[in-house]
Amino acid sequence: MTALLEIKNLHVKVEGEDKEILRGFNLTVNPGEVHAIMGPNGSGKSTLSYVLAGKDDYEITEGEVLYKGEDLLEMEPDERAAAGLFLAFQYPVEIPGVAFMTFLKTALNAQRKTRGEGELSTPDFMRLVKEKSTALNISQDMLKRPVNVGFSGGEKKRSEILQMALLQPELCVMDETDSGLDIDALRVVSDGVNALRDAERAMVVITHYQRLLNHIVPDVVHVMAAGRIVKTGGKELALELEQSGYAAFTEAA
Amino acid sequence: MPAVRETIDQVHEIDVDKYKYGFFTDIESEKAPKGLSEDIVRFISAKKEEPEWMLEWRLEAYQRWRTMREPSWAKVAYPKIDFEDLYYYAAPKSTPAPKSLDEVDPELLATYEKLGIPLKEQEVLAGVEGARVAVDAVFDSVSVVTTFREELAKHGIIFCSMSEAVREHPELVRKYLGSVVPTSDNFYATLNSAVFSDGSFVYIPPGVRCPMELSTYFRINERNTGQFERTLLIADKGSYVSYLEGCTAPMRDENQLHAAVVELVAHEDAEIKYSTVQNWYPGDKNGVGGIYNFVTKRGDCRGDNSKISWTQVETGSAITWKYPSCILRGDNSRGEFYSIAISNGHQQVDSGTKMIHLGKNTSSRIISKGIAAGVSENTYRGLVSAHGKATNARNFTQCDSLLIGDRCGAHTVPYIEAKNSSTVFEHEATTSKISDDQMFYCMQRGLSEEEAVALIVNGFVRDVLQHLPMEFMVESQKLIGISLEGSVG
Repeated sequence: MTALLEIKNLHVKVEGEDKEILRGFNLTVNPGEVHAIMGPNGSGKSTLSYVLAGKDDYEITEGEVLYKGEDLLEMEPDERAAAGLFLAFQYPVEIPGVAFMTFLKTALNAQRKTRGEGELSTPDFMRLVKEKSTALNISQDMLKRPVNVGFSGGEKKRSEILQMALLQPELCVMDETDSGLDIDALRVVSDGVNALRDAERAMVVITHYQRLLNHIVPDVVHVMAAGRIVKTGGKELALELEQSGYAAFTEAA
Repeated sequence: MPAVRETIDQVHEIDVDKYKYGFFTDIESEKAPKGLSEDIVRFISAKKEEPEWMLEWRLEAYQRWRTMREPSWAKVAYPKIDFEDLYYYAAPKSTPAPKSLDEVDPELLATYEKLGIPLKEQEVLAGVEGARVAVDAVFDSVSVVTTFREELAKHGIIFCSMSEAVREHPELVRKYLGSVVPTSDNFYATLNSAVFSDGSFVYIPPGVRCPMELSTYFRINERNTGQFERTLLIADKGSYVSYLEGCTAPMRDENQLHAAVVELVAHEDAEIKYSTVQNWYPGDKNGVGGIYNFVTKRGDCRGDNSKISWTQVETGSAITWKYPSCILRGDNSRGEFYSIAISNGHQQVDSGTKMIHLGKNTSSRIISKGIAAGVSENTYRGLVSAHGKATNARNFTQCDSLLIGDRCGAHTVPYIEAKNSSTVFEHEATTSKISDDQMFYCMQRGLSEEEAVALIVNGFVRDVLQHLPMEFMVESQKLIGISLEGSVG
């Protein structure tokens, strides 16, 4: 079986700066697996998610990233999206004046176009959105509002998961999807994520806290510190961390 | 060439004998010589078989123009125009036209393609020789135009070319022409008054609500009148009309200088909605060529409770110099200006509006969205004034500028004058850039760079787009994306 994602000895720094943020990062994710990456602030978790999605501000100094066996780092962000890579943002971005519904439709059709599929008809699209949004408690009203403008923390995260549900990616990278959520919202979001789990789709869940992993139960847990993975284990590793804290690992790194 | 020789050649070209006796033969293939003189003005008037009063009017404007200087206050830069090196009259058939689409600039065709314009229509827009016949095929124009005219006639609405109006409705033309933009108004308006080629004339009788959007589209058979266009629109008491000008498709034109004049008159309780999509050739990527668009547009809310609303989408032209304005003369009258001005490449836009509050309880609203990309310069210039008797005048102005890249400029120059203390004027302005975060967010969802820019910009201009009639709105959204292609990366 080919791995869906293979990160080998990845070294990354912020463009124009000397300090390395990822320092020999390795990770292999197979189809259907859910990996949790936990770590303290500043360990490079968000950088990892941005580098995977193709944000401009980073310089890769060493290593490689293979996605379905292809060089991911050579691809533009939109090509990565069309190839099935999705990033649920920690801080979703506001786009004033663009209705959420319009955004969803534009994104879905853009991906379909890149993949050489036809555009979805408006009725088919509406049906699809309605089905997915109902499950996530997203009202019709919210779909008419401009993307993320005036959305509450919970609405922003639910909107990210709605996009994920609609775009049906193969690799979902979730960057602190639990931050800013109350317990009820956390459950709605987790249910949404769990509904997307299947034998093909893989997930990389980045979080500070173990509590998310009670809802989205991972197959593998990694502890990240100072730009690399310092320990890998099963879901019980998360519980262990909750008890001991990150300090021991930070020192080890 | 010595001046004398040149003069002789010119005289030959005009063919003095024919000129003296009235230009009635074989005029279709003729072109007046370069330069402007009283004779050229007479020539134009005679070609159009105009009555004496019209000629007098033109001549007066011409004499005045001779004493005037080009305005230089706009934030635009271009080589000095040699007004003696321009043609002021060219019969439609005399400009060399491409024989087929093969001879047309491929980039222009690519744009037509993106806008989804049918092949036949492309030929017309590109000015392919003989394409007028094709228009008939496309629009089935005989029947469409006829049905259209019959419908309008039923309501007593007059909608015809300016030349026709001068001949058929002289009393209306004499009464209103120049009553909003006088021949003395400004350099370009005065020039237009002397040499205007053609344009539209609209009259809506009292109490009539025009049953359809009046569009210049229906006048497409009168092509090549673009250079010095003259439009006059009168909404009599209690009437309503919505007028659409222009076309989203880029228009090819041989004439670099365009100086149009548009006059609107709204009588008591009347309402005029005037929408424009302007997409003239902006020049190539090095800033060579492109149309100079020096337009004077003004509406007069002459009667009480009248309303004039301008909505414009400006994407073309190398230089745009344009300030659709409202004179709020009637009590309780209202003026609106909604504008989207996009500049890319080397384009220069200096555009805005004037709201002149003269009557009591007059109100106005200005929403301007300027988008600058490439190395373009985009200026909003506006005047809001309330005179002493304009008690309780109200204005709300919102000027937003969006910058794409770091080599373009956006400028806002608002003039505000209040001469009575009951006036309330509000002005809001913002300048922003498309952020890298917004671009990345969109691209992470699968949008290409260009799709992302188009989406973000369409969001930025949404408040204005909503004021366009439906068909213009959909086309404009596409056009905005196309206008900004190549603006990032």
